[in-house]
Amino acid sequence: MKGGGLRVYAVVYLLFLYAPILLLPVFAFNSGTIIAFPLKEFTTEWFAQMWGNASLRRALANSLTIAVSASILATCLGIFAARASTRFEFPGKGPVMGLIMLPLVLPEIIVSISLLVVLLSLGVTLSVLTVIVGHTLICMPYATVILSTAFNSLDRSLEEAAYDLGETRWSAFRLVILPLVMPGIISSLLMSFTISLDEFIIAFFLAGNEPTLPTYIFSQLRFPKQIPMIMALGTVLVVLSILLLTIAEYFRRRGIAKTGAKDTGGFL
Amino acid sequence: MTTNNPGPKSTAAHRAAMAGAKPMIEIRAVQKYYGDYHALRGIDLTIRAGEFFSLLGPSGCGKTTLLRTIAGFEDISSGAVLIDGQDMQQVPANRRPTNMVFQSYAIFPHLTVAENVGFGLRRDPRSRAEKAAAVEEALEMVGLKGYGSRASHALSGGQRQRVALARALILKPKVLLLDEPLSALDRKMREQMQVELIKLQRQVGITFVLVTHDQEEALVMSDRIAVMFEGQIAQMDGPEALYARPTSRRVANFIGVMNFLPARVLGETGEAVQIEAPGLGRVDIPMANVSRADPGDEGPSVGFRPEAVSLVAPGAQGANRVAEGVVDEVVYYGDMTYYDVRLDGSAGFDGQARPVRIAMRNVFGREVQDVGTRANVSWSPGSLVLFR
Repeated sequence: MKGGGLRVYAVVYLLFLYAPILLLPVFAFNSGTIIAFPLKEFTTEWFAQMWGNASLRRALANSLTIAVSASILATCLGIFAARASTRFEFPGKGPVMGLIMLPLVLPEIIVSISLLVVLLSLGVTLSVLTVIVGHTLICMPYATVILSTAFNSLDRSLEEAAYDLGETRWSAFRLVILPLVMPGIISSLLMSFTISLDEFIIAFFLAGNEPTLPTYIFSQLRFPKQIPMIMALGTVLVVLSILLLTIAEYFRRRGIAKTGAKDTGGFL
Repeated sequence: MTTNNPGPKSTAAHRAAMAGAKPMIEIRAVQKYYGDYHALRGIDLTIRAGEFFSLLGPSGCGKTTLLRTIAGFEDISSGAVLIDGQDMQQVPANRRPTNMVFQSYAIFPHLTVAENVGFGLRRDPRSRAEKAAAVEEALEMVGLKGYGSRASHALSGGQRQRVALARALILKPKVLLLDEPLSALDRKMREQMQVELIKLQRQVGITFVLVTHDQEEALVMSDRIAVMFEGQIAQMDGPEALYARPTSRRVANFIGVMNFLPARVLGETGEAVQIEAPGLGRVDIPMANVSRADPGDEGPSVGFRPEAVSLVAPGAQGANRVAEGVVDEVVYYGDMTYYDVRLDGSAGFDGQARPVRIAMRNVFGREVQDVGTRANVSWSPGSLVLFR
């Protein structure tokens, strides 16, 4: 067999990557309270328990609020940054863009602690709002990179053509540029949403006593009898993620097909 | 040279009509700096209404910058741009009576052909049906009738070019600006579009300003051409005058091929300059054919086009003078043959051999001469241009 060794490597690699995730639904529907084989009976009890858990619902609501707000904020700011970096020349452009990208490589724990110190010294009360600010900060680099790619691939004369044909600068942007970078905007929203949703460190430091999903899950791991419910929650999250990505990818590909552009990958 | 030039363009009647037309674009002492870079160095130019005008020059000569200052995409550092008598200083690009065909065509890929063409009508108060009729009419004008519902990204290069034209012309601008519109097309398509553009321009009667680096394209299409080098206009003339009487060696070199021989000025009367050139002997050059040398030139030189001279049989009688030489190289093109001929005595003042290029149309029954054979070159003093 050709490439036998490499093939085995690829299979082992993928198993290592995905087998743990495949175990989630297995134990979510298993009636045993201990996460171990052999399996006992089929049950949906953990899902019911999850649904009835008020503090989990609260954590979920917080997480969704944060993720939606942070992804919209980061994408809007990312549009400004990407447009500035691709269309205009200004003094200090390199350093400014570098600083926007910096959170990508800064240890998150350092960012979190510095933010905490600054916010507390300003007298800001920790809440969902402060987490939104922190998440926007760490989502910005991703949004900026994705959107810069989208803006960069546009022919500059498209905008000039619209302007030349009597539109204002703003309506030219809205009618021509925005529809053409929409796949990039969707990618950016999705990426930021995903990053925010499972972010732990900033949420842990900046949320005050408001739980988010990751901090809630972390706090429940201390109680063994809660673990099957966490498995059920994990299952729901995985299914939702796959669904969301599929929908987003569908729209992205449709957008590309509509404009006849070459598919440059997106992030899927 | 392309042979499908429709012709009437350069009739005397057409020229006379053009000369009397009112000015459409006036460019007065326009300077443009990008930081330290001096892109336009005092451009003075008047383009008449209904004229097909070309800005011709190598890349970086400022021709596109000049076009963009007319369109309003670039501010000028000093000077004035007037369109139809109105100063454009305070008028932004979206309110100028100009429309542009971009080099990349800038077709909006997310819109259909009809939506692209009708884009400029968004603010038009006419009814939807009237606008649709206008779009259909514009498409018909560029030969794309029935293409309205097509996706614009599925079009070929030539079709995109036509959509860009229809989109710009639907607003009935006073001036249509074309930024190297044919450079992305293959040769055949380009030649076809050249002819179509001329016809279209005559049909709509709008002033066309074309930017191109292709001298052939400029010669084929234009009423007048401004040749630009380094932010300045080197010569502005009709195609024939530009080709036959370039006012500098640089222009002569840029437009077509010209042979140059070093010359020595012997004397000057009111009507002609007497010179001596190696291989040609003593010649009187009429004053009309005397141009200035460029600062970089090494002394005076005399130039002639490859097709202004011809090879003749030995001992042929005629009004022209005959110089003898040896065929150095033969390049056969089917319809034409190019000969490089080393004229006897052309080694000249500095001992350097300079073969001259001679273009001969191949006619049936005349054999192509071989390399190394003796050649008789027939020429007339009227076809020479002196640069001094």
